[in-house]
Amino acid sequence: MIMELLDKFFNRDGKVNTSRNMAKDRLKMVLAYDRTDISPQLMAKMRGELLEVVARYFELEAADLDVQLDREGNTTALIANVPIRRVKQEDE
Amino acid sequence: MSGKVFVITSGKGGVGKTTTSANLGMALAAQGRSVALVDADFGLRNLDLLLGLENRIVYNILDVLNGECRLDQALVRDKRQPKLALLPAAQTRDKNSITPAQTRDITSQLAESFEYVLVDCPAGIEQGFKNAIAGAQKAIVVTTPEVSAVRDADRVIGLLEAAGIKDTELIVNRLRPQMVKENNMMSVEDVLEILAIKLLGVVPEDEKVIVTTNRGDPIVLSETPPPAGQAFLNIARRLQGEHVPLMNLEGPPPGLWDRLLSLIRGTK
Repeated sequence: MIMELLDKFFNRDGKVNTSRNMAKDRLKMVLAYDRTDISPQLMAKMRGELLEVVARYFELEAADLDVQLDREGNTTALIANVPIRRVKQEDE
Repeated sequence: MSGKVFVITSGKGGVGKTTTSANLGMALAAQGRSVALVDADFGLRNLDLLLGLENRIVYNILDVLNGECRLDQALVRDKRQPKLALLPAAQTRDKNSITPAQTRDITSQLAESFEYVLVDCPAGIEQGFKNAIAGAQKAIVVTTPEVSAVRDADRVIGLLEAAGIKDTELIVNRLRPQMVKENNMMSVEDVLEILAIKLLGVVPEDEKVIVTTNRGDPIVLSETPPPAGQAFLNIARRLQGEHVPLMNLEGPPPGLWDRLLSLIRGTK
């Protein structure tokens, strides 16, 4: 507990919310969208469909999922974050 | 002679395109190269002002195209650096009064008598940008370590690629090393990681740039060039194919107190 606080205080984990890191992360995200040129409507549609599929197999924490495009170097990745409660049983 | 045609561009305004154009032109000339600077910013011309040549303009690029004068008559020769000449933009007309083909024609004519032709591109990605990049073999993209400038630079890099300009390099301008150290500004490495493009040089933020601009004497002309001036001189040498290492912008090595602090913080 005390060590954790110390770590936080002295910024030992390295990856903290400095404005420099925030600038970088926000840029990566916005550029991933800029470069793929995908419309927000299409993203929303895909998010809905993904949710539908995932919900068929899992009981979800919330009826929403976080879908983002991210960029690292020259590759763009689609990242979906879906907190699940448990796997649905087959007979359900 | 067949000189090289470079365009200096950025997308976003206010990041230092014209300052970069003026200083690189002046630096190349000081290093013995013949240079023609072309102001492609119709209606918002400023390159003349940064070079201190605003009172010597008689004709501009449009007069040449309209056949009212010859190309060499429109060129303003610099008195400090006789190897430097400026082709002014038309101040009273807009960017649609010239076409990419006409710009390409002018720059290729200039390349016959100058070793380097530098085109100062207007901000934006519309007609003025299309004009300025026409005929360029290489693009120099200027950005600052700020989110808006980097985003716009990314867009411009994409457009340059689409226009068939393969050779594109980046200048990170107005870097503040102290802020980077404090994690309050993106570093050159951060910007390069995002843009994935070759680095041509880094220019530190320097108040002297404002002072020299006020006077119309580009900073590279200073007798003992301040850091920003030295950075531009280095970039000019790199443009000629020389290998010049990046300047140390970190300042002197950390003292005992700083080292103790960084030991406690666990950073290097």
